[in-house]
Parts: sequence; structure tokens; C-alpha cells
Amino acid sequence: MDCPISVKVCEDDFDVGHETAVLQHAKPDVGAVVNFVGYVRNINDGETVSALELEHYPAMTEKSISDIAIQAREKWDLLGIQIIHRVGRLAPEDQIVYVGVASKHRLEAFTACEFIMDYLKTQAPFWKKESTPNGDRWVDAREKDNTALARWD
Amino acid sequence: MINIVFFARIREQLGVGQLTSPINQLKTVADLRRQLIEEHEASWSEVLMAQNVVIAVNQVVSDETAEISSGDEVAFYPPVTGG
Repeated sequence: MDCPISVKVCEDDFDVGHETAVLQHAKPDVGAVVNFVGYVRNINDGETVSALELEHYPAMTEKSISDIAIQAREKWDLLGIQIIHRVGRLAPEDQIVYVGVASKHRLEAFTACEFIMDYLKTQAPFWKKESTPNGDRWVDAREKDNTALARWD
Repeated sequence: MINIVFFARIREQLGVGQLTSPINQLKTVADLRRQLIEEHEASWSEVLMAQNVVIAVNQVVSDETAEISSGDEVAFYPPVTGG
């Protein structure tokens, strides 16, 4: 089964409509595309966030995300996976991350999209630093993200 | 040589993002970490021995028992917070 995987880590913004069209393009067997978009929130842990700096480990990031996508492709019957993660300086309301999954039926695409996000949040080497009125601070990893991951075991 | 890289909070706490070290007698990541701590100020021990430090060898998550050889890249970083 042909399931192309595309992974992009970049500073540029993305267009969900365009990415969706790419997932479906020339594939009459696609019956479902599930898109997830993550945004920068204006408040985190009770503090106003004016900007977010996203650092990553360039030599590892794309490979780490591709590995996650390959795992998803092996687990479910999928027809395409596109993942985009932005790095650099972002502001509230900016898009940070996109995961799009195409499949014949919706269940596979919904489930695989969640799986990819749970793994991406806990495995891919990105780190967020927030600017708040009280100065800059590194965002701490959350236990609930590890709990979300554990359900796939 | 071993290439050593640090990211995010760990990079800031150590004040350096990248170092190299001759392989000499180093056999594992634990040996490398011990040497780094010996060669630097006391704060390095606290930062590099913290329980939640993630270790990657050649861009694959590993642990301190991993064997290393010349040309390898060893990364130390805090728990990830992307997405």
C-alpha cells in the first residue's frame, strides 16, 4: 500500500488547505483526511505569553519525526502522512505544528493522527521558551503527555 | 573525537552548546559524562546528572550505558516540549 510520508521542519508558516489538497491529490481511494493544527496560546500556566522561541536539534528532528510516521504507517492502513513543525520565533495565534493523515476510512486517520501527535510531543527534540511579563522561561514537559503516550503500549 | 551537543535549558545552564573531546579511554556515555564533570565547575555535575536528562547517541535516544567511539555525536537535553 502506497503511503507517502512528508516531514518538514522550518520557520515558514503553512497553509492547511494546501496540505489537505496534497494529501488527497490524485488519490481517488482517499475517503478521509484528518488534520491537526497546534497554535501558540496567549496564556500558559496562568501567565501571558507574548512570544515563543522554538529550539530544536537539527541533525535529529526530521529523522525522529519520520520514524514516528513510519510507525504509524506500519500500524494502520494509511494513504498519506504530512507533518510540518515550525521553529524559531512565534507569536500567540501562530500555527506551530501540522499533522495531516489520509486513509480510506476515518477511524484509521483519526487514530494515527493522535498517535503521531502523542509521540511527537514526547519524543521529537523541540523545546519551547516563552516570553512573559516576568521574563523568559523554558516550558516544562507535562506528565499528561507521557500518560497520553502510554496508552499506545 | 566525540562531538558533544547540549540543548535548551541545559545549553543555557552550561553556557555552551557544543564541545569536542578526544576518545582516549572513554568507552561509554557514562565515562564521557564523568570526564565532562571532572573538567568543569561543580554546576556541571548538577546539570548533567539530573534525573530527567535525555541522552542521544548519533541522534537516537539512548542511555549512559551506550558505548561510544570516535566520530560519534552525544547529545544531552531536557525533556522535549514541542508540538
